[in-house]
Amino acid sequence: MAEYKEVYLTSDEIKTDDYLVNMGPQHPSTHGVLRLLVKLEGEKVLNVQPHIGYIHSGIEKMTESLTYIQIPHLTDRMDYLAAHMNNEAVSLCVEKALQVEVPERAKYIRTIFDELQRIASHQLWWCAFGMDMGALTTFFYGLRDREDILDIFEETCGARLTLNYSIPGGVMFDIHPNFQRDVKAFIKKFRAKLPEYERLLTGNVIFRERTKGVGILSKEEAIAYGVTGPSGRASGFSCDIRKKQPYSAYPYVKFNEIMGTDGDTFTRYHLRILEMFESMDIIEQLIDNIPEGDYAVKMKGVTKLPEGEYYQRVETGRGEFGVYVISDGKKNPYRMKFRSPGFSNLFAINNIAKGWKIADLVAIMGTFDLVIPDIDR
Amino acid sequence: MAFNIYDFTPLTKSIHDSLSASLSPTATLAIEWTIVGVLYLLFVAVFGLFLVYAERKVCAAFQQRLGPMRVGPWGLLQTIADFIKLLMKELITPKRADKLLYNLAPFIVIIVAFVSISVIPFAPGLVSFDFDIGVFFVTSVSSIGVIGVLLAGWSSNNKYSLIGAMRSGAQIVSYELSVGLALITMIVFAGTMQISGIIEGQRDMWFIFKGHIPAVIAFIVFVIAGTAETNRGPFDLAEAESELTAGFHTEYSGIKFAFFFLAEYINLFIVAAMATIVFLGGWMPLHFGEFEAFNNVMDLIPGLFWFFMKVFFVIFLMMWFKWTFPRLRVDQILNLEWKYLLPINLMNIILMTLVVLFGLHF
Amino acid sequence: MKSIIKYFGEIIGGFITLLTGMKVTARYFFTPWNNVTQQYPENRATLKIAERFRGEVIMPHNENNEHRCTACGLCELACPNGSIEIISKSVFNEEGKKKRAIDKHIYHLGMCTFCNLCIRACPTTAIVMGQNFEHTVWDRSELTKVLNKPGSQLMEGVKE
Repeated sequence: MAEYKEVYLTSDEIKTDDYLVNMGPQHPSTHGVLRLLVKLEGEKVLNVQPHIGYIHSGIEKMTESLTYIQIPHLTDRMDYLAAHMNNEAVSLCVEKALQVEVPERAKYIRTIFDELQRIASHQLWWCAFGMDMGALTTFFYGLRDREDILDIFEETCGARLTLNYSIPGGVMFDIHPNFQRDVKAFIKKFRAKLPEYERLLTGNVIFRERTKGVGILSKEEAIAYGVTGPSGRASGFSCDIRKKQPYSAYPYVKFNEIMGTDGDTFTRYHLRILEMFESMDIIEQLIDNIPEGDYAVKMKGVTKLPEGEYYQRVETGRGEFGVYVISDGKKNPYRMKFRSPGFSNLFAINNIAKGWKIADLVAIMGTFDLVIPDIDR
Repeated sequence: MAFNIYDFTPLTKSIHDSLSASLSPTATLAIEWTIVGVLYLLFVAVFGLFLVYAERKVCAAFQQRLGPMRVGPWGLLQTIADFIKLLMKELITPKRADKLLYNLAPFIVIIVAFVSISVIPFAPGLVSFDFDIGVFFVTSVSSIGVIGVLLAGWSSNNKYSLIGAMRSGAQIVSYELSVGLALITMIVFAGTMQISGIIEGQRDMWFIFKGHIPAVIAFIVFVIAGTAETNRGPFDLAEAESELTAGFHTEYSGIKFAFFFLAEYINLFIVAAMATIVFLGGWMPLHFGEFEAFNNVMDLIPGLFWFFMKVFFVIFLMMWFKWTFPRLRVDQILNLEWKYLLPINLMNIILMTLVVLFGLHF
Repeated sequence: MKSIIKYFGEIIGGFITLLTGMKVTARYFFTPWNNVTQQYPENRATLKIAERFRGEVIMPHNENNEHRCTACGLCELACPNGSIEIISKSVFNEEGKKKRAIDKHIYHLGMCTFCNLCIRACPTTAIVMGQNFEHTVWDRSELTKVLNKPGSQLMEGVKE
C-alpha cells in the first residue's frame, strides 16, 4: 500500500470525480448477477451503464451439439419464470420446419400452460417489485399464490420450475385427471385474491406517489430499443405476439391486448396486474373445451430439420421471445439464436432513469421484470 | 389520592434507607448508581432481544408465516443465539476507513439510546431521573443519535453508507421538528414538562381522550414522525435494503453491528414510551372521570403492566406500518414533513391553545 | 379556498388508502390458522408429492430381483448431459446363443437435469422417475449410482 500523506489543496486544485456506484453483481434489487454502473450526483442518477455476462452459460453454443428433442430442456434455464413459453418456442420452430401439425389437444394444453405460466411469472414479479419498493409483505403474498400454480404444474408434468413439458410434436404427458378441476379451483381462488393485491399496493398513496409519472418511456423509444411485452405495451407499442402472430390455441380465444398510454412506472406495473385478469379469462375459455385425442404426434427417432433458416416467436411474461435456427440438414442445428426480451428491455433503462433518484432507478428496473439468465443466456 | 398498592416508592426508599444506615453517603450513592446502571443494562439487553423476537414474530404473522420456530420452544431462544453469533463474529474495518470515527459511531448511537431511556418512568416510583424538563431532555438527547449515524456513514469509506447517512441526517433533522411540535402541543395541554407531572395530569382521563381532536391529531403526527425518527419502514431510507444494501451500517460487523441493531430497537421503545407517557397516560390505569367503581377496578392492575401494554400497542402499530407500506422516496419524505406534517402541527398547536384557553376539553 | 379543500382532501384520501392496505395485512395477522408455512422435516410423513414428480431415475425390480432393461442404450443416447452410461455384457441363453445384457446401468445424479427424455426413450419402461427428492449425500461419489441391483436379471418376456 502506498504511503498515506496529508495533502492540502486550494479550491482550484481540487479535482472532482464522478460518484460512481456499482449496483451489483451482488445487490438485492438487481435480482441476480446484473451489474449496473451508476453515475450519481447526490441522489440523482446521471448515467446507468449495465454490465452483463456474469451468468453467461453458453446455452446458444450448447444447442449446437444437441438434438432438437433435447434443446427445449436447456431453454428452461434461460428465462426460468417462463420456462414453458421458451420450450414452446423451440417446439413450434421445429414443428414449423418439419411442417408437422400438432394435435388440437396439445395446442389447447400448451396455451393453458402458457397462461398459467404467465400468471405465475407476473405473481413473482409483483411480489419482488413490492419488495423493491420496500413493502416486504407483498413478497410472501405473491409467492403464496404462485405456489398453487406450481402445484398444478407438478401434478401434470412432474416439475415445478424447469418444466420441459412442451416438446417438438406436442406435450410430454397427457394432462393429469385432476388438472381441469385444479385449474378451475385456482382461478376461483385467485380471482378473489387479486383485488387484494390492488388494495395492498396499487391503491396505496405512497406507492402511487413513487410510481406515477416516474421513468417515462415514450412509444418511439420503446420501438427504437425493441422494448416488448408489458413494458412496451405500457408505452402504447402494440406488440403482443399472441395477437400479431397467433400460435397454438390463441386463434380460438377472445382476449384483449392490454395497452397503456403513459409509459410510466405505474402503467407498466398496473398493466401486468390487468394481464393477470386477462390470462384468467383466456384459461376459462379453454379449460372446459380441451378436445379429446392425442397429446402428441409420433416423431421419428432422430429429428433432422431440412436445410434452411427458421424463426418462431412467442409472447413470454417479459416480451417477445424468438428462436432462430439455421439448419444444415443434420440432427443438430448449425446455429441457434435466441431473441430474449430481457436483453432488449434492459438497455432502455439508461435513457429513462436519467435524472431520477436512486430509488426510482430501482423501481424502473423492477417494472422491466428482468431475469438475468434470460439476458445473459 | 388513594393508596397505590403497586407503588415502587416504598421499595426504593427502604433500599436507600438500609444502605445509608450502614454506609457513608458517597458509598451509598455509588452502590445505588451501580444497581441502577446494571438494571438498565439488563433491561436494555433483555428488552432489545425480546423486541427483535417480537418483530420477527409479528412480521411473520402479517406475512402468513410462523417466524423463528427452531431454537427453543417457538423459537424463543433464537435472538439469543443470534446475539451470541454476533458476539463471536470478526470485527471488520474497511481499508482506509477513518478508524477513530468508525469505532466511535456505534457507541454514540447506543449511549444516546441509554441516556434517553433514563427519564422514562416504568411504574409509579420506578424512575431514575424525574426533573422538570423531562420531555425536553428526551427530545434533545435523542437527536444526538443522528451524529452517530452520520459518523458511521462517513467513516465507513463506502458509497452506499455515505448516501444512507446523508439521507438519515436530512430525515432525522426534519422529523425532529414534528416530534417536538407534537410534544409541545401536549405540553401546552398538560402545562408542565415534568414527566411525572404529565402522568399525574392524566389521573382522571388519558390525554388522548381528554384533549379529543387536537390530541388525536398530535398523536397521529407523533407516531408518524416517531417512526421516521427511528428509521423504520416506511421511512427506512437510511438502510433501504433494496437500494443501499444496508445503508449506513453496511460495513459494520459483529458487536458493532449489534449496537446499531440494539439501538434501533431501544429507540423504538423510547418513541413508544414517549407516546405512552404523553398521550396514553404512562403507567396510569384507564380512568374515566367520576366512575369511582370502574376506576378502582382498573387500579387493581399494576402500573408496570399498564405501561408495557401501552408501549406494546404503539410498537405494534409501528410494526404494522413497517410491514404494510412501501418505502417513500427521499424528496417525498421531506415533502411530507415540510408540506404536510409541519403546517398541520402548527395549526394543531393553535387549536390546542384555544382548547386550553376556553376550557373546551373534558 | 379550493386549494385548501384539495390539500385536506389529498391528506384524507391518502389516509384512507393507507388504512385499506393496513386492513389487508391485519386480516392475515388475526387469522393465523391460514398460515402457509410448512415445517418441513417434521411433516415428512404427511408430505404429498405428485405421482409424476421427477425426483430421480430409478429402475424398478420385482421380487425375483429382475428388471426390464435390455441394455439397448437408447436412454444413453437420449440424455442431453451424459448422465447415463450403459455398460453391457454378453450372456449366453439356454440355446447357447450370445445375447446382450446389462452389466451396469450407471446414473450420474449430479449431472441429471430431470428432463424426462430417457424415460420417454426407453422402449421397455425399464427406468421410471422416482419421487424421492432428498438427494443430499456426504460425498460426491455417492451421486453416481448403479441402477440395476447386483445379481439382477432381465425379466422374462421383455424384448427390445
